[in-house]
Amino acid sequence: MVNEGPYQRQSSDSAYLFCRAAIESGHQIERVFFYHDGVNNATKLTEPPQDDRNVVARWTKLAEEHGVDLVVCVAAALRRGIVEQNLAQGFRISGLGQLVESAIASDRLVVFGD
Amino acid sequence: MLHIVNKSPGERATLDSCLAHVRPGHSVLLIEDAVYAATKGHAAAAKIQAALATAKVFVLAADLEARARAGAVIDGVVQVDYKGFVELVTQNPRVQSWL
Amino acid sequence: MSEGAIKKFLFVNRKAPYGSVYALEGLEVVLISAAFDQDVGLAFLDDGVYQLAKGQNTKAIETKNFSPTYRALEGYDIEKLYVERESLEARGLTEDDLLVDVQVLGATEMAALMDEMDVMISF
Repeated sequence: MVNEGPYQRQSSDSAYLFCRAAIESGHQIERVFFYHDGVNNATKLTEPPQDDRNVVARWTKLAEEHGVDLVVCVAAALRRGIVEQNLAQGFRISGLGQLVESAIASDRLVVFGD
Repeated sequence: MLHIVNKSPGERATLDSCLAHVRPGHSVLLIEDAVYAATKGHAAAAKIQAALATAKVFVLAADLEARARAGAVIDGVVQVDYKGFVELVTQNPRVQSWL
Repeated sequence: MSEGAIKKFLFVNRKAPYGSVYALEGLEVVLISAAFDQDVGLAFLDDGVYQLAKGQNTKAIETKNFSPTYRALEGYDIEKLYVERESLEARGLTEDDLLVDVQVLGATEMAALMDEMDVMISF
């Protein structure tokens, strides 16, 4: 669960690096759920400088290469102007039930936030 | 149980909140700005030292290195990489992030 | 964990309302969780205890007062509300200042409660 937007806080970076290490260690990351300002991880409109990491593109790559389900909470997204039109590749918008559902289905849930 | 703290004790009281709920055998992992708490001479280091009596304390090496504090970790605190972070999550049946 | 088994959820609320969105959006997750027939509890620690303060009036900050929702949780079969004693005391509050019936626990008891959980979602 990622509760902060990219760049302002380290939360998105920590969550991404944790996911990558888990996958490299042979674990499965079933889903990353983006909530609160975390939904801002899903906008395709970010253009970070060349010498900075691209937080959004990294998530997209994780989804494409490892089948990680990137879910953005619809209610939190609507509040913050994240809609289908500006959604980056690999993300989908869905309900909060997806968070509860993955907490039930997964062995562990780790919250990254502020 | 694994407790994760990510804020500097100079900014927030989350380390105190966490430590008040650490039971014997628990693990505490300091990440992001919380890594400063486990460095020599820091005002919060005594609290970490006290926690070490009954719990294990880990610190994320990547965050220490980024902050130029990797050489200053207090004795008894174990540095882990991201894979070590993953192992802590798998070894402990539950995780609480003190945000 | 076998399929269909019920997990113990604890939503850990540690932030005050209105100053940030965590309390409000946290409550939204709690309400949704009621639909999943899990064993759901809420813990209020640190500034999170302010979420339950009686007499919130948000008119002048032009923000929705969502505190009545805590009283409606019972209707969702969410009846386990735990408040940490030390957090109340450190803020000059008592149980009488809260808008809903809760179980007050000391930090040691709260830690023991957490140790029984399957999932903790913290805000």
